[in-house]
Amino acid sequence: MLVEFAMMHAWLVPLLPALAFLVIVFLTRPFEKLSAIIAVGSMAIACVIASFAAYGIFTNHEYTKTPLVYAAKWLSLGMPGVTDSLMVHVGVQLDPVSAMMMFMVSFISTFIFLYSVGYMKGDPGYSVFFAYLSLFGASMLLLVISSNLLQMFVAWELVGLCSYLLIGFYTHKISAREAAKKAFVTCRVADFGLLLGLLALQITFGTLNLVELGEKIHNFQEYTSIGMLTLIAVLVFIGPIGKSGQFPLHVWLPDAMEGPTPVSALIHAATMVVAGVYLVGRTMFLFHEVESAMQLVAVTGAFTALFAATIALTQREIKRILAYSTVSQLGYMMLALGVGSLTAGMFHMWTHAFFKALMFLAAGSVLTALHHKADVWEMGGLIKKMPITGWTFVIGGLAIAGIPPFAGFWSKDEILVATLAEGHYVLFAMAAFTAFLTAFYMWRMIFLVFFGDEKPENHPQESPWTMTVPLIVLAVGAIGAGWFGTPWYNVWAEWIYFGEPHHGPINYGAMLLSIVLAGSGIYLAYTMYLKDAQKKRARKLAEWFGPVYRMLYNKYYIDELYLWFNHALVDGTARLFYLFDLYVVDGLVNGIGTFTKSSGDGLRVFQTGRLQNYALIFFLGVLAVAVLVTFTGPSAASLVLGGVK
Amino acid sequence: MLTISLTHYVVLSALLFSIGLFGVLTKRNAVAVLICIELMLNAVNINLVAFSKYITPLDFTGQIFSIFVITVAAAEVGVGLAIIIAIYRNRLTVDLDNFDWLKW
Repeated sequence: MLVEFAMMHAWLVPLLPALAFLVIVFLTRPFEKLSAIIAVGSMAIACVIASFAAYGIFTNHEYTKTPLVYAAKWLSLGMPGVTDSLMVHVGVQLDPVSAMMMFMVSFISTFIFLYSVGYMKGDPGYSVFFAYLSLFGASMLLLVISSNLLQMFVAWELVGLCSYLLIGFYTHKISAREAAKKAFVTCRVADFGLLLGLLALQITFGTLNLVELGEKIHNFQEYTSIGMLTLIAVLVFIGPIGKSGQFPLHVWLPDAMEGPTPVSALIHAATMVVAGVYLVGRTMFLFHEVESAMQLVAVTGAFTALFAATIALTQREIKRILAYSTVSQLGYMMLALGVGSLTAGMFHMWTHAFFKALMFLAAGSVLTALHHKADVWEMGGLIKKMPITGWTFVIGGLAIAGIPPFAGFWSKDEILVATLAEGHYVLFAMAAFTAFLTAFYMWRMIFLVFFGDEKPENHPQESPWTMTVPLIVLAVGAIGAGWFGTPWYNVWAEWIYFGEPHHGPINYGAMLLSIVLAGSGIYLAYTMYLKDAQKKRARKLAEWFGPVYRMLYNKYYIDELYLWFNHALVDGTARLFYLFDLYVVDGLVNGIGTFTKSSGDGLRVFQTGRLQNYALIFFLGVLAVAVLVTFTGPSAASLVLGGVK
Repeated sequence: MLTISLTHYVVLSALLFSIGLFGVLTKRNAVAVLICIELMLNAVNINLVAFSKYITPLDFTGQIFSIFVITVAAAEVGVGLAIIIAIYRNRLTVDLDNFDWLKW
């Protein structure tokens, strides 16, 4: 009964937080407590509805084949009865993928909202913050349940808007404003590609409904060529490159940590960045048909994973390290999708949401305790004073490093196996090496922050319950979220797959390899940053590889490159156009004015003001007409003078 | 015996018109200009009546038309003289060379 209701009213899930946004903005803004309760409450109810709906989906295998879709007409353009007029629906599509996402997003959001209650205490914009958070959650949930790509695009842009508002929430900080702008502009660049892709899809296939598109693209030869389809796939993929922080549009994501920490957690774990991965997963039918686009996705993913992991090795700010790890993990997800495994990609997204939200929230707890001192080298031994934060962070670290039985191990293993099974050995090597790096940089941070000697200038205190309870709940998720997809009993793969579910043989080799890599990464971090209390070896390494270290620390100078590019190309073009405007456009306008004035100057000598001069000219004119009529005849004269013949 | 033909009328009219025009273009006195305009109008009247008499003797179109011209001319002289008097009151002169205030 309840399940039935939840499944048929899944639109309530995004609607409730959206209503919360409106209520907070227009009614309860002066009442901080009430605003917080409304935001958390609406998201919690949405989460309950989402869980019932997800229960309904995950108890009936029918839905893996035919999703539950219901939609209302949003707008139609064109003549009635004409078949290729534009019809846009707004609706809900529930299948295991969207049900999982809906549950995951609302669940994680609920706890991040709860955490914000404590974290944002005393902030002047407390109510507004919860309003934005609610809108953010609502947009993401709308994106998740969308039954067509245009609706998804609207939500996609809403998510971008909310991220802009929230990253730049501390409007008094210049860096936050700049970061917000950067995020927005970078995502806009990517969204343009996506928009073009969607337009091309609509023009080619005449629909943006996911189900219809899935059927039509399966027989795409009837509509278009493989070249056009490749172009469409690449254009569509540009959107996720921006949104999901793939190379080369990853630059906004590490800066996005300028926002309050719950926002970072929300962006990095549940909303925003996974939207890109989700979109690729949703349009898998498109990428599946185009081999080269799939390879582009896979290569982009693997490269981003490795690239971001190397940057994370040298970063010093706690949230920046986490941000680059997010970029890296998103790369894993893209890699999984690129090698055709929707199962592994979505699985990693699911586990990653738990441990990354956990680690961001724990990092926020650390930052609050240390009064926003972010440099990991200035921390140490925090686990004694902040046991809950510390141990939950350790659990997150184990999960992301890929130590069994924590969540990250199973999903990462799944990706590695899928990559290997498709025969992408280079990509497999990149992914495996990234796994080693991940373990290393994560545990470098953990050892530096939570273990070792305490710094006397720090006076950390454990955070209040609203902040620790979400940590504990998410820690449970970070431990257990991966047990759905163990190689021995893979429930996950039975439900979430593209095409046919496949059970490869259990690959103990890959499993062993990833354990060894993770273990050695952690061990290396241990010897360099904990056993070696002076960190002599780490410093010496940085000196030896000075140029490399500096390059990594400065993120491969990508930001500088963009800045230079911006200066050279954009500003250069602008200068060119400025000169064009100054001399050509203004010249034309001023020229017309000057011409009018000087011709007036010239002509005014004829205006003598003397009556008799005018009379003379008048008479001469009449005389001229008379002569013309006399010598050429009336018909020829009327050609010159006008009038009827 | 010299008969008076249409040509004579036309020549007379042309002479009268030219004299009037010459006066309009050369006289300094505004009243004299008005008088010269009367000459030109009367030249036109002679033309109209002469053509009417010689070419369409049964119709009186030309004659009627010249009566109109005379009427309009009377009105025009009335207005013209009134303007000249108004200007004279302001400027104490009727010399057309001084009437160039509309010039830039």
